[in-house]
Amino acid sequence: MRPLDPTERAVVNALQGGFPLTQRPFRDAGARLGLSEGELIDCLGGLIAGGQLSRFGPLWNAEQLGGAVCLAAMAVPPERFDEVAELVNAHPEIAHNYERDHELNMWFVVSAAEAGRIDRVIAEIACETGLAVRAMPKTREFFVGFRVEV
Amino acid sequence: MLDAIDRRLVAATQAGLPLVPEPYRVLADQLGLDELEVTGRLKRLLVSGAIRRIGAIPNHYALGYTANGMSVWDIADNDIADIGARVGALEFVTHCYERPRHLPLWPYNLFAMVHGRTRDEVRSKVAEIAALVGPASRAHEVLFSTRILKKTGLRIAA
Repeated sequence: MRPLDPTERAVVNALQGGFPLTQRPFRDAGARLGLSEGELIDCLGGLIAGGQLSRFGPLWNAEQLGGAVCLAAMAVPPERFDEVAELVNAHPEIAHNYERDHELNMWFVVSAAEAGRIDRVIAEIACETGLAVRAMPKTREFFVGFRVEV
Repeated sequence: MLDAIDRRLVAATQAGLPLVPEPYRVLADQLGLDELEVTGRLKRLLVSGAIRRIGAIPNHYALGYTANGMSVWDIADNDIADIGARVGALEFVTHCYERPRHLPLWPYNLFAMVHGRTRDEVRSKVAEIAALVGPASRAHEVLFSTRILKKTGLRIAA
């Protein structure tokens, strides 16, 4: 992994939100960082090409777009872990799946265009694996002011 | 709710904005809209929360944030609105949600995701949360991810 240079670091730290909705937004955002329009565009292109940024643009809130998302967890016996992971991951609705160090050791996110599909996927996984699947839908979301500091 | 034009904006920007001097004009041309309509809609979608923010979307792993700790807290139902708002406001918390308990196995109802460069860094941030929350939390744990079993983008219907 290539370390970020000071300009890249300043760009990542300053531009995780608040990108201007103006005619020349890269010029306006660059001015605050002491960079020209072209320098900022090149810097962002380099960070995307290098994989340090996934992309540059709007971060859409999937649920507000009409899609449904639900976190779910399972306690999988260690000797069945890989087999169960394969069964779970085979569902295209599984967006992320993580192993975590807890009795509930498999945590995945089910994502679908309609809410009803979520319950069906969870029921299918319980049936295919013979294990309980705990649905952990968010009942409230708290505002986060997060940004990565690099 | 989003209308048909909003949905076309989603589809056109899901992979990011064009890295050109006038990205909103390029987007407008692509969609057959006026540039001011594009920026006006983006502004409205930001206010409504359909867009969380516009800017650099970091790849945590590539930036060295390889430790990912899911801190989970057992908070009295009466306190959760206040505590959740305060925990979410911490700079290092990336997601903060209330979720149902699954007793007796799972007593936790507040989830706060913490990213760090190392597990120790995550643990010390979780200790900061514990200090902030105080006795309002009856118990907490941090679950580290030990393996990514699958990671794809969310499927956004557009």
